[in-house]
Amino acid sequence: MRWRLLALLAWPAMAMAQEAPPGASTCLGCHASTRTDAAIPSLRGRDPADVAEAMRAFREGRRPATLMDRLAKGFSEEESQAIAAWIVR
Amino acid sequence: MKLTRRALPMLLAAPALAQAVPKVVVIGGGFGGTSCARALQGHGIAVTLVEARETYTSCPFSNAVIAGLRPISTLRFGYEGLRRAGITVVHGTATGVAGREVVLGDGTRLPFDRLVVSPGITLRFDALPGYSEAASETLPHAWQAGAQTELLARQLNAMEDGGTVIMTVPENPYRCPPGPYERASLIAYFLKTRKPRSKLLVLDAKDAFSKQRLFEAAWAALYPGILEYVPLSGGGKVTGVDVGARRVTTDFGDHDGAVINVIPPQRAGDLARVLAVADRSLWCPIDPESFESRLVPGVHVIGDAAIAGAMPKSAFAANAQGRVCAAAVAALLRGTPVQTPRLLNTCYSLVAPGYGISIAGVYRPANGLLTDVPGAGGTSPLNAPPTTREAEAHYAEDWFQTITTDAFG
Repeated sequence: MRWRLLALLAWPAMAMAQEAPPGASTCLGCHASTRTDAAIPSLRGRDPADVAEAMRAFREGRRPATLMDRLAKGFSEEESQAIAAWIVR
Repeated sequence: MKLTRRALPMLLAAPALAQAVPKVVVIGGGFGGTSCARALQGHGIAVTLVEARETYTSCPFSNAVIAGLRPISTLRFGYEGLRRAGITVVHGTATGVAGREVVLGDGTRLPFDRLVVSPGITLRFDALPGYSEAASETLPHAWQAGAQTELLARQLNAMEDGGTVIMTVPENPYRCPPGPYERASLIAYFLKTRKPRSKLLVLDAKDAFSKQRLFEAAWAALYPGILEYVPLSGGGKVTGVDVGARRVTTDFGDHDGAVINVIPPQRAGDLARVLAVADRSLWCPIDPESFESRLVPGVHVIGDAAIAGAMPKSAFAANAQGRVCAAAVAALLRGTPVQTPRLLNTCYSLVAPGYGISIAGVYRPANGLLTDVPGAGGTSPLNAPPTTREAEAHYAEDWFQTITTDAFG
């Protein structure tokens, strides 16, 4: 019984570690974390500060874009930073 | 390994751990169901995916198959990748739910702590006088990819130059809002390059549609004299079809076609009826925070079947909803608050090879629905240079490879 209780605690602990901030997980619909040959780049391993700066530049229209300018405007600076920190993992 | 007193508790704990891992059954092996199943698995949940077919054929890029621009084999995906990832895949049809178990047609029972369904669409063959499933063997819909896609491609190939192709487009809501217009564009491209004396007549039951200005600008530039678009206000609403005569009827008159593509009205997939998660609108109302059905607690509905407010019925949206729903289900199973989600959508359309356009959106829950985040989203610019169109066509292909890898492995 004691061990079962411990096991019950073990599942959520493992799951909690993976929670993505709002909006972050759906970025992976284009920015694949597993593909290395993609035209739309993977963001895994990037510097989160660079990703956040790119989001800021897209949001402010300072960086040429096809559609990232339209998507970046849906997130605040704080939200963008949270996404950047998660998506580079 | 030598069994020691210290190892014993570990061995005892192992079966208890297995019991404690929650079980989620996902029904529907399209973009929504597969994406959700994989995301749930990533949350450490034991996932069983139920899908009748052993091979899935993607609707995205099926318009390119119709226009002879790519083989249908590039749209086919199996479920081995999900199995390799540790997901249990069962090929069967759900006939109902009894308590906390899904019941399949062969009597198999699959226990679950929460259930996710991605029912897709069912075509309403009863909604257009003269049309039926049997009629679709002559006048294909090609709105669920597979044999129908190939049939329409064959008919276009076999048509004599100088023939008229007719497409009929339904009212909202339906799967893939810009899809009919991408199809019209690519059929026009096929005719222009292969059968230049032919014409395409697009009869639409509405006056406004997704990416309209971009499509219309491209049609005027690329397909003058080939593609004729008739909106609702111009007599575009089709009120009946005559299969034998290959004729469609509108309030303004009849049109004969050598090839007729009927895109019929749609509803949530049959599974939604089986599980009673569809309402009188024939679609499935959901809580936009968790995608839990408003009609059946413990059951979550994602993808085309769901009433997702401003979010369109697209493969990208189904994939995004699958991930967000998986996170919500994991939170509910561990008893923690469900995070208020933000979702993205991106839909590319090809108007010709190397000429892509897009619409994008960012969505969040408000007033019980998913709504557009103000100031975000929108379409490609109307005056973009050819390099942008080329880049978007390239990104469309890239997105397809990513989303299918993400969904099917």
